Amino acid sequence: MSSTQNVAVSAPVSDGTRSRPSRAQGRRSALRWCFIAPAVGYMLAFFGYPLVRNVVMSFQHYTPSTFFDGRAPFNGLANWRAVFSNPLFTDSLWHTLVFTLGSLLGQFTLGLALAVFFSRRFRLSGVVRAVLLLPWLVPMVVSAVVWRKLLDPATGVLNTLLMDVHLIGSPLPWLSSPNAALASAVLVNIWIGIPFNMVILYGGLQEIPTDLHEAAALDGAGVWRTFRSVTFPLLRPVVTVVLVLGFMSTLKILDLILALTNGGPADSTQTLGTVSYQLSFLQLDFGQGAVVGNVLILISAVFAVLYLRANRADFGPER
Amino acid sequence: MHVPRGGIRLPALALAIAALGLSGCAGSPDPNTLIVLNSATEPHEAADQQKLFDACAAPLGVKVVQTSVPADQVPSKALRMASSHSLPDILDLDGSDLPTFAGIGGLLPLQPLGVSFAGQSAGAVSMGSYNGTQYGIARAVDSLGLMYNTDLLKQAGIKPPTTWDELKRDAKLLTHGHTYGMAFSASPNADGVFQFLPFFWSGGGNEAHLGDGRGAPALQLWKDLVTDGSASSAVVTWNQQDINDQFVAGNAAMMINGPWQVPVLGSIKSLHWAVAPIPVPAAGDPVVPPLGGTVMTIPRTGNPTKQRAAAQLLNCLNTAKNQLAWGESEYYIPTRTDAARTYEQDNPELAGFVSEIPTAKTRVARVGTGWSTVETALASAFQNVLTGRSTPQQALKQAQSQAKSGN
Repeated sequence: MSSTQNVAVSAPVSDGTRSRPSRAQGRRSALRWCFIAPAVGYMLAFFGYPLVRNVVMSFQHYTPSTFFDGRAPFNGLANWRAVFSNPLFTDSLWHTLVFTLGSLLGQFTLGLALAVFFSRRFRLSGVVRAVLLLPWLVPMVVSAVVWRKLLDPATGVLNTLLMDVHLIGSPLPWLSSPNAALASAVLVNIWIGIPFNMVILYGGLQEIPTDLHEAAALDGAGVWRTFRSVTFPLLRPVVTVVLVLGFMSTLKILDLILALTNGGPADSTQTLGTVSYQLSFLQLDFGQGAVVGNVLILISAVFAVLYLRANRADFGPER
Repeated sequence: MHVPRGGIRLPALALAIAALGLSGCAGSPDPNTLIVLNSATEPHEAADQQKLFDACAAPLGVKVVQTSVPADQVPSKALRMASSHSLPDILDLDGSDLPTFAGIGGLLPLQPLGVSFAGQSAGAVSMGSYNGTQYGIARAVDSLGLMYNTDLLKQAGIKPPTTWDELKRDAKLLTHGHTYGMAFSASPNADGVFQFLPFFWSGGGNEAHLGDGRGAPALQLWKDLVTDGSASSAVVTWNQQDINDQFVAGNAAMMINGPWQVPVLGSIKSLHWAVAPIPVPAAGDPVVPPLGGTVMTIPRTGNPTKQRAAAQLLNCLNTAKNQLAWGESEYYIPTRTDAARTYEQDNPELAGFVSEIPTAKTRVARVGTGWSTVETALASAFQNVLTGRSTPQQALKQAQSQAKSGN
């Protein structure tokens, strides 16, 4: 936005001389290209090429021998048909959606609650906030391995604790039952995602002028009313960013699941990410793996468009 | 001052092309250096490897450089190297990956290059062969055995079980408190399948005909151990390392595991353990454990001089003395029968592993390049049975259709 303003402001000045308008204009547009070119080049090389390559690959018979002789014959829709007729794909699609929505709901609700809590200053609030950031700093695989130990039915800390306080009578099969494993994975991912949500939302809350809250208080609004009518509406742009970023990173989940359950037990935690990994790197059928990758991209793209539209709605009237 | 439009893009483009070109020919190999791609990511293992490589390479007037990546990434790394025409001179592949690479013509037959297989056990030879041609040579193999806590078995007054019925009975007997009688890995990946195979095979299962139902008794055995409470229901998430951790922590009296755990087990002075062959369906049945380990192969690099040097290096690495040195440093079992005999005498505590090798089988002998789909199907089968989602017969039928459709 600021760059268009600058151009708009400087244009009349150079136009005022009117000596060599075409050359000045040429120089300006060349200069503009100069600034744009690196970004465009970068986008094309690191986003455009892989994207196109992945789409093309999903229509090819791409196997280990391709790496040796470079031949990857086009096989039409064969890969797509094979993937869509694989029951594991449909299952993993559901798992991915449940995992993503469940994780986002938990992360966001708890993250927002903590952000609101910490937006009121009190003793040690800074220290506690810093400690709450820790899960975010731990590498995903380390978190997963530690949680696997915590959730062990016989020796895990969680079951021991719950049984000692008599909340449960017998050990819960957190990760070893197909009925519970996906929910357990969601729990672990919520734990990992809370700090991110909290930090961004906390930042958003700091941006809201305090006089608005004071005004609301003077008008006799209670805590809940203030949150609903003042805090949340002003926080909306930040909320959109948090949810969309969270959605994108959760949708393509791979490392957490691989380290936590490896897709099991009985494929109950297979997601699009793990199925794509399995097809490409374990069964070495890169064409079918690319199909699943494309489905992931497609879902992300739909939400990216929704995000852009929501953004326009938020910032649109200002222009 | 005037900058033409094209003038900006052209240099940038030229720079990009130059960068691409440079990276394309970067790392042009030294003619006297042989590159080995392996999975020696553990520093001590890489050092032990290097010692043997250096000793063998010096007389040949070459140097050996190792590139090591985690074991499950070796195939995809090798494929990437193939596509950039930078294949290693020696590729140390897991035995189950050999058919994939040999099948697409990526490897050279070893015998025409003068690599000798003299004195190697039949199982080891079959590990390196594809369609009757030798493409790989195994220096050492590993397998699985029943490792048990001698103190706990003595307390219970029992000897290690030899049949499935004894295994079920003894595992129940040994289970109390936080200690399970038995631990095995049933994770839905290579680890779990590797552990399932000795039961599957000795029960009469055939991975090329999963639908014939002969694998059902093995599935039932695993299911019974979990249903009886003799093994944790968490076995479906445990890999072989987790099993070892459970054993070390005293949470399991017996476990299925391999000789590569010996360094960890040996370092804990208070833990007393021993190895027995894996129990079989009925007394006198042969144990059929899977042969694990890597085979050294020579990829088609298009450099005959280096290929000849690599072949000579392989011969040197496979003398009885060098195989023994390698096996003893990593607790793998030498593939030469003479070296294996010395190994057994030197390491009597590992005799349980060594004695199984003559009847051990490779994972790919029956299904070749189809192994990766069969592996996934087998993993689904035992996971479905252990979690109560299907009966052994149903699970095998499903596995058969899974293996057929290639998913």
